[in-house]
Amino acid sequence: MIKIRDHNELFKQPDYQEQFERKKEFEKPWPKEKVREVSDWTKTKEYRDLNFKRENIKINPAKACQPLGAVFCASGFDGCMPFVQGAQGCVAYFRSHLSRHFKEPFAAISTSMTEDAAVFGGLNNMLEGLENTYALYKPKMIAVSTTCMAEVIGDDLNSYIKTSREKGVIPEDLPVPFAHTPSFVGSHIVGYDNMLKGILKTLSEGRSGEPNRKVNIIPGFDTYTGNYLEIKRLMALMGVEYTLLADVSETFDSPNTGEYKLYPGGTPLPEAMDAVNALGTIALQKYSTVKTMDYIKKEWNQQALTLSPIGIRNTDTFFEELSKLTGKPVPAAIEAERGRAVDAMVDSHPYVHGKRFALVGDPDQLLGMISLIMEMGGNPVHIVCTNGDKHFEAEATELLASSPFGVEGKVYINKDMWHMRSLLFTEPVDLLVGNSYAKFLVRDTGTPLLRIGFPLFDRHHLHRYPIIGYQGTLNLVTMIVNTVLDEMDRNTIDTTSFDVIR
Amino acid sequence: MSTAIKDTQKMIEEVLDAYPEKSKKERAKHLAANDPSGQCSTCQVKSNVKSRPGVMTVRGCAYAGAKGVVWGPVKDQITVSHGPIGCGQYSWWSRRNYYNGQTGIDTFGTMHITTDFQEKNIVYGGDKGLDGALHELKELFPLAKGIGILSECPVGLIGDDIEAVSKRVAKEFNYPIVPVRCEGFRGVSQSLGHHIANDTIKDYVLGKGTLDTSTPYDVALIGDYNIGGDAWASRKILEEMGLRVISQYTGDATINEIAIATKAKLNLIHCYRSMNYICRHMEEEYGIPWMEFNFFGPTKTYDSIRKIAAKFDEKIQEKAETVIAKYKPVMDEIIGQFRPKLEGKKVMLYVGGLRPRHTIGAYEDLGMEVVASGYEFGHNDDYKRTYPEMKEGAVIMDDATLYELEEFTRRLKPDMVGSGIKEKYSYHKLGVPFRQMHSWDYSGPYHGFDGFPVFARDMDMTVNSPTWDLIRRKK
Repeated sequence: MIKIRDHNELFKQPDYQEQFERKKEFEKPWPKEKVREVSDWTKTKEYRDLNFKRENIKINPAKACQPLGAVFCASGFDGCMPFVQGAQGCVAYFRSHLSRHFKEPFAAISTSMTEDAAVFGGLNNMLEGLENTYALYKPKMIAVSTTCMAEVIGDDLNSYIKTSREKGVIPEDLPVPFAHTPSFVGSHIVGYDNMLKGILKTLSEGRSGEPNRKVNIIPGFDTYTGNYLEIKRLMALMGVEYTLLADVSETFDSPNTGEYKLYPGGTPLPEAMDAVNALGTIALQKYSTVKTMDYIKKEWNQQALTLSPIGIRNTDTFFEELSKLTGKPVPAAIEAERGRAVDAMVDSHPYVHGKRFALVGDPDQLLGMISLIMEMGGNPVHIVCTNGDKHFEAEATELLASSPFGVEGKVYINKDMWHMRSLLFTEPVDLLVGNSYAKFLVRDTGTPLLRIGFPLFDRHHLHRYPIIGYQGTLNLVTMIVNTVLDEMDRNTIDTTSFDVIR
Repeated sequence: MSTAIKDTQKMIEEVLDAYPEKSKKERAKHLAANDPSGQCSTCQVKSNVKSRPGVMTVRGCAYAGAKGVVWGPVKDQITVSHGPIGCGQYSWWSRRNYYNGQTGIDTFGTMHITTDFQEKNIVYGGDKGLDGALHELKELFPLAKGIGILSECPVGLIGDDIEAVSKRVAKEFNYPIVPVRCEGFRGVSQSLGHHIANDTIKDYVLGKGTLDTSTPYDVALIGDYNIGGDAWASRKILEEMGLRVISQYTGDATINEIAIATKAKLNLIHCYRSMNYICRHMEEEYGIPWMEFNFFGPTKTYDSIRKIAAKFDEKIQEKAETVIAKYKPVMDEIIGQFRPKLEGKKVMLYVGGLRPRHTIGAYEDLGMEVVASGYEFGHNDDYKRTYPEMKEGAVIMDDATLYELEEFTRRLKPDMVGSGIKEKYSYHKLGVPFRQMHSWDYSGPYHGFDGFPVFARDMDMTVNSPTWDLIRRKK
């Protein structure tokens, strides 16, 4: 049988290596010495200073745009079709991006605006778009957000949706919440926030009535479907009735039954409508829920708490506050989970204590990870947050200052992974935490990578394992310690230190 | 009209019934039963027109065509996504246009570089920031051979003059700064982006490179983006034929290679849709003839090798036969190994560029039949080239929607579907074997004699994976 070589092996073969050499005659590349010289220079302090001086260009940034967060949020409501007013390429990109991370189908609509809409506005696109969407995909709700095109030309969603109802292209009673989500403001976490606020506003209108005993849980821009299942399990253990707003767990992790469901799950609309009557609302992320939580505090007259349960102490606080809010005690089963997670941390601490970490990602995840790493005796050193604001900078800095393990930590907001490259060359660390694109930093600097965050394109199923609660903390600890041990094996393979018991 | 055509037309009508009247009338023009003879007047699809709002088109935009397809793979130029953050983020190294070089030093392919527009750029314009960005890039990446500015939607809407900035800075830097007006709202799909990108190659780069020597056997390999190393596998064949590939467009390409294509004796184009414009231009301006070829599957590859060789002297023609004689036994063995497992399997394709027609032969080499095929952003000339490749009554789709793809799958019951990432996982849920035929599902190459074994292996693992049988279907 013939050995089949794909790209992984094929291009290492001598015939291809010779081809690449021959091709240089036409490429006119720089001399090898020149490339080496510049390559070495990019690793210096001088280059780092130059790199940190730039103000007009982002290089390998770790953030996406508002409408991505909006369609992600919208897809977490039962029967809801995310609908984006603007040029069509954006929606093609959102769908691809989310599918690449979750390995799941993702449906969203574009109104396919082109040059004529740029001149005359997008009303006709909205009218035909809503009519077609309703006829073909039979949604229970259509959640409208915008691309930068619709924002720049100033499309008025409120009046367009009103006109659509007047013209009868959609039924009078179909909920059509909307949010303006310009991609030149904030990032995907802000888009999530704006869309969620829009949806809750629409659904809760006129629904204020008898208080129920439920707690609303807002996960935020959380791309770990395992976290949603974990929160459901924990609420059941606590005996707390709850509503997840928005529940994307089935949208992005539905069982294979030989059937494609356009709307595989999500928060049932009647429950979302009743959220206004809950005991209180807990957001599991802060920076992706700022406006929503402000709205809930002001308009729903509820307790609104932000509690991010990543790491032991954060999870402790989460359960204490949940217990206070509901009057339900934390059951022994959860206490036992805590004990197991702590036991694991005690057992693994020698491999994490004193290890230096660099982290890049979204604000809330970074805060959780900093906290957990310090609980293990690790040292967060470089914290890069492309979409972090001043509030995040202050909060993260304060968190670092709260522990002797955080003294070396420095927070860089509005910086990117090319900045991180300079940091890793000039002040090396032992471990890097980031999304799949951080693998290019692995290639350049040799720092081992823990894949945590979004997007995760190059490893499968990581998002199915929770990183919140005590169980999630245990998962993170397992990943951290085993990454250290894998690296140790790689580095000692030729030595006597290649130990079998660790 | 034959029964096969009539039956397919009836099926199409049923599928269209769900649409509101206006969109139904519109969509009807884009779906047809195939007539290979080209006699049937109702069997021609309409194409390259606007997608209907709200139907869930699979299409992308001009930026995707210009940045993602044409300019993005050029390795020693810095490609700037000029505008808000998203476009560059979502198209970041997603097409796997392989290249050799040290990224961030002398090549820039796997990087996402953007001006990250903020509200102030919308209000006050982005030209000043762009000027600053170009200077910062020049300092940080001194070995870059040029910079491309790929415009996103707002740039065209707020009236920025990126051409003026480019012109000024290009003089200062003494290398090409290429302003590409590929705002996503322009045109109806990726296709216009290809055209715009081709035009900028013509205006800013073409004819400005250096080639030390020339031979009568100099060719350019055009419209190959080196996805999973495709262009390298094609290049290998051309070189073994005795040809000298002086330029590769645009997979693993350098600015110099793009510039010297005008010195080729013949332009060989694989993806006609995305790069025919530059070939036509070189024909008109430089008198360089061009020809289409197809390196998918042995039958089409042998055929193409002979057609290419016929453009040269006997020496090349002899070598061409030697190349075919060398690889034919290997190809026959691959077919012998995989055909029994794939014989008679039905394939549905919905892709872009050249694939809806060019891969048909490769499937047929494995005994498979393409029963439906369609283009995201094809034009009339693409469809004309497709009709003769397919059987009578096969389904031809233009700019298909999620709804239509699902309905055709239900009715045609293909054994596998080849389409994109947005379609992939809904087919997995349906339990229909699926292969991404844009990115080769992270495999490849699929071109040439080194690509076909990988193609055959991949189609076999797709159709015959035991995982499909684990799905427990609801009764």
